[in-house]
Amino acid sequence: MLKQIEGSRAMAEAIALARPEVICAYPITPQTHIVEGLGEMVRTGALTNCEFINVESEFAALSVAIGASAAGARAYTATASQGLLYMAEAVYNASGLGLPIVMTLGNRAIGAPINIWNDHSDAMSMRDAGWVQLFAETNQEAADLHIQAFRLAEQLSMPVMVCVDGFILTHAVERTDIPPQADVDAFLPPYEPVQVLDPKEPISIGAMVGPNAFTEVRYLQHHKQNQALELIPRLAAEFRQRFGRQSGGLLRTYRAEDAELLVVAMGSVNGTIKDVIDEMRASGARVGLVTLVTFRPLPIAALRNVLGSVPHIVVLEKSLAVGMGGPLANDLDSALRNLVAAPHIHSAVAGLGGRPITKASLHRLFRAALDGGWEGTHFLDLNEAIVEGEISRMREKRRSGPTAESILRQLARKSGPAAAVSGSQL
Amino acid sequence: MNDMSKTLDAVQKLKFYQKGTLTVGNRLVVEDERSVQASLDRSNALTCGHRACQGCGEALGARYAMDAAMRVTGGNLIAVNATGCLEVFTTPYPETSWQIAWFHSLFGNAAAVAAGVAAAMRVKGRTEVRTIAQGGDGGTTDIGFQCLSGMFERNDDVLYICYDNEGYMNTGVQRSSATPAAARTATTPAVGDAPGNVFGQGKSVPRIAVAHGIPYVATATVADLHDLEHKVLKAMSIHGARYIHIHVPCPLGWGSAGHDTIRLARLAVESGLFPVFEAEYGHVTGTRKIRHKVPVTEYLKLQRRFTHLFKGSVVDEARISRLQAICDRNIDEYKLLASQGDA
Repeated sequence: MLKQIEGSRAMAEAIALARPEVICAYPITPQTHIVEGLGEMVRTGALTNCEFINVESEFAALSVAIGASAAGARAYTATASQGLLYMAEAVYNASGLGLPIVMTLGNRAIGAPINIWNDHSDAMSMRDAGWVQLFAETNQEAADLHIQAFRLAEQLSMPVMVCVDGFILTHAVERTDIPPQADVDAFLPPYEPVQVLDPKEPISIGAMVGPNAFTEVRYLQHHKQNQALELIPRLAAEFRQRFGRQSGGLLRTYRAEDAELLVVAMGSVNGTIKDVIDEMRASGARVGLVTLVTFRPLPIAALRNVLGSVPHIVVLEKSLAVGMGGPLANDLDSALRNLVAAPHIHSAVAGLGGRPITKASLHRLFRAALDGGWEGTHFLDLNEAIVEGEISRMREKRRSGPTAESILRQLARKSGPAAAVSGSQL
Repeated sequence: MNDMSKTLDAVQKLKFYQKGTLTVGNRLVVEDERSVQASLDRSNALTCGHRACQGCGEALGARYAMDAAMRVTGGNLIAVNATGCLEVFTTPYPETSWQIAWFHSLFGNAAAVAAGVAAAMRVKGRTEVRTIAQGGDGGTTDIGFQCLSGMFERNDDVLYICYDNEGYMNTGVQRSSATPAAARTATTPAVGDAPGNVFGQGKSVPRIAVAHGIPYVATATVADLHDLEHKVLKAMSIHGARYIHIHVPCPLGWGSAGHDTIRLARLAVESGLFPVFEAEYGHVTGTRKIRHKVPVTEYLKLQRRFTHLFKGSVVDEARISRLQAICDRNIDEYKLLASQGDA
């Protein structure tokens, strides 16, 4: 059924269709509307046979989900940013225990400085935590990925994180198709755990494992993630057959044929990139796009297949590994390792802390890549004047004070906050 | 009155004050008043072969608590364990001493994980299955405190049992917020002007539990195992959030003899240092009276963690009297002497 609704509401309705049995809620912007919606559905009886638990922290949210999942219930929670960091210990624990919890991550920057707007720093902080990480491009895909996520998680008995861009997807009102319950029931069977706490068959779960077996336990976790590489495309195909639309999968290409330059990106920014590619194609530039949906497990074979023979790649990502550069670019580099004619990878960090990624900036960036590109990490729309001013100010005196506040003062002194996006030239 | 409450009352009324013996004397009482441990059909929830130290109070307390819980639930029990001694010494992979459904997630989340288990059982309509969370004092009064308070506040259907050995014993005897003043630990060494742990304000998690107004709170010791069993039986007859705080001496961490575990637990009560009480819905409903009041020094002298108080020519009278003052305050607060009437 087509509905004109907020992304969070669409996700909440899709999650409800998956019949979760335990939902743990703790507020943090921008995921909060999702659990608010679910809480309301439990109260009104629209979602039955479900325990909705308001917990006291994100650490508790995931811990309650861990207990519920280990006891055989379909468990769901949602978080963002600092919340994901606060539950970090439980994030690793859930995957180590092989518990098929589904969690929405409303992607948001990590502080300090505190910032509630969108980027992918939070997802990147847990990229090695053993969770499947799927990135949604649109509100529709955000809703659909949740239905697929429960099936994927439960089939392989491992947790899945559905990453959705904060505000851009969570708060945007768009037309979204919410499928009928019967179709979702046919796609997603009831949860049959591979391990469960049950007094009738008492077992111990969570024993201490020493050097004699730890490597094997970890290897099998890795093996399980690699099985997801086969299962994810199968589920996306089955989903397409039943629901009539393409959602999920490992990756998607757009106008990639005969491309001289392929852009690689995750999440909602792919829409803007497609517009830019259409415009550049119209003027004869051979550019295309690879939308990475499955970030973990990293679909190395699929990436080598689509990227292996292209001369140039721009990796555009909303995350920065301080002291290294773009983590996604780094992953791409390792995915394409040892190719005979490996593409030239140009790394660009964009949209940090919610800075808009404009078509004009992307045009400049892709043109620059076609003209030979750049080395190292490029920071799209970096206000170089402000940065240089702050660096010299810090050089002048030892007690230069906090950087963030100083930059805000400088911006206010100039032409107001708009000065922040004046743009830098490549 | 149903059979269960009749049994509970019978257990409660029993007193085992036999002269010259420290045992509960099961053979002297009628069959259905005997302890769970004395019965042939006890579940051995925590069975033999585990790796606890000789004289471990926690192993003893956990065994009695879990068998009592298994009896009252007819074996329909799921236990969630915080990281710590109890977790480590019972489950060195691939061995386990637990003959019950048992789950370990993390150090600081046992109360939340148990709340999740209880929610799963509720949503699946398996109301006969009950949930217990258990942890040491570190996993309860320090790192697990937030999850514990959240579980209390929501009144989740979980019995949380804290085995309080007054320190981080599993990591090598470091101070916790349950470590008594003046005690020597690896992080409060017996050196300097004021050796051992500082005199802080203390942190009574049982009292904090009472302040949450939850249905049932009790303290107990391994010196009175019949009382401990009774409290577990009683707790399991109630739904909602419940808390039992058990004082469990630790020979390794306290520097005491393994054969003194029960004696130390008794002296902690008899000195007034560890008040034994029950509370329901925010109010203290009963205390175990001190039978033979002893000065706190009798308790301290059996433990090497306090030897610096008595070393050399000068006994540290000042700090010993501060410890005695804590005991006296407890005695007044909880009316622990028979002459003080009911609390």
